[in-house]
Amino acid sequence: MSETSNVAELKNILEVALLTSHTPLSLDDMQRLFIERTERATLRMLLDELKQDWAERTMELVQVASGYRFQAREQYAAYLMRLNPERQARYSRAVMETLAIIAYRQPVTRGDIEEIRGVTVNPNVMRQLQERDWIDVVGQREVPGRPSLYATTKHFLDDFNLRSLAELPPMDDFVQQEAMPGL
Amino acid sequence: MIETPLNAKIKGEDFTELPKDLYIPPDALEVYLEAFEGPLDLLLYLIRKHNLDILDIPMADLTRQYMEYVEKMRAIKLELAGDYLLMSAMLIEIKSRMLLPKPAELAEEDDPRAELVRRLMEYEAIKLVAQRLDEMPKVGDGISVASAYYQHISHVKPPEVTLDDLTEAWRNVLKRASHFKHHKVGRAELSVREHMSIILRRLKTDKFVEFTQLFDVVNDGIPKLVVCFLAILELAREGLLRITQQEAFSPIYVQINSYE
Repeated sequence: MSETSNVAELKNILEVALLTSHTPLSLDDMQRLFIERTERATLRMLLDELKQDWAERTMELVQVASGYRFQAREQYAAYLMRLNPERQARYSRAVMETLAIIAYRQPVTRGDIEEIRGVTVNPNVMRQLQERDWIDVVGQREVPGRPSLYATTKHFLDDFNLRSLAELPPMDDFVQQEAMPGL
Repeated sequence: MIETPLNAKIKGEDFTELPKDLYIPPDALEVYLEAFEGPLDLLLYLIRKHNLDILDIPMADLTRQYMEYVEKMRAIKLELAGDYLLMSAMLIEIKSRMLLPKPAELAEEDDPRAELVRRLMEYEAIKLVAQRLDEMPKVGDGISVASAYYQHISHVKPPEVTLDDLTEAWRNVLKRASHFKHHKVGRAELSVREHMSIILRRLKTDKFVEFTQLFDVVNDGIPKLVVCFLAILELAREGLLRITQQEAFSPIYVQINSYE
């Protein structure tokens, strides 16, 4: 006996699960909602319909690195932010540049980061990024000292609303573009 | 997003209005010292401000300007200077290598500035994407994620209980209750204060008594012995007794503490 074979009801179940979940739901997560085996293709199709259903609403169904989630449409961000006026303190340039190096050049060691930035890495910077769960250690480079190799996490992609690293803003070489003609 | 002052100002071509040497006195830069993220950042700043062509850097000018700022920096923030001094050495090295006569067969690609230019470009690219990452909306800062409330109902199975478990539990209750009762009775019957007086009186007549003699093991029950011991401790604490022992394991003697 199937629990429910009604497509509308399946969609409702996905919807309520997505709306109440505090983290993005993967297809694996969504399969656990049903006792009977539900094909991933079926889930994708239902999610697609769900996305259409919400097209005119204030929330949108988006896909990020670790799954699907509902989030407020961009045009409401300004209003919502007023609810929490004590906005997060901005990260320093050192933190953001270190994050950028890890995101675009991963996996990298501290040495690599120092080579690119031209300054020693402040351990505090790495700690902040690790505490935020944006970076972690993925291995050691097989050179003397076996330095840790850092990479960005799925959580980083989720927080930045990305499905994969390929969606990062392109790293166009500004200098090169401007100065190449003179070469 | 970013102004591009390099436009149409390379190698003096279309170089009509801007003065040739856009010199910024180091004093004016004091405010910005904090803002530099390192020697590469400072070099990029100088290159941009002076409209220098990054692919054809005038090493003498750049090195001179750079050194001036570093000197300034050393005066204020010594601990910052390490990375900057390393760069000074590198700049001077490049400059001196450029002064050396080049064998004709060595082509352009052996430009001693190449490595520096590569690093500057890479750093600038990183700097720009870092800015972009910073401006991107993030969860909690520009992105609000749905998290509707629902009442979690727990479906935890209650653990099984057998008759043996129940009996065992009841036994434990009885056991604990008996401890409790015993203790209460002891307290009601015996007073530590009373025993303190008894011991003091005894010591007034006997002066010097062996510790074990204070206890009547044959007649007194354990509760009374304990109270007696507590009384001795209490007397010692109040400085009314002196307890002495010549050496380890030898008899312990108790006497009245006399103040002479």
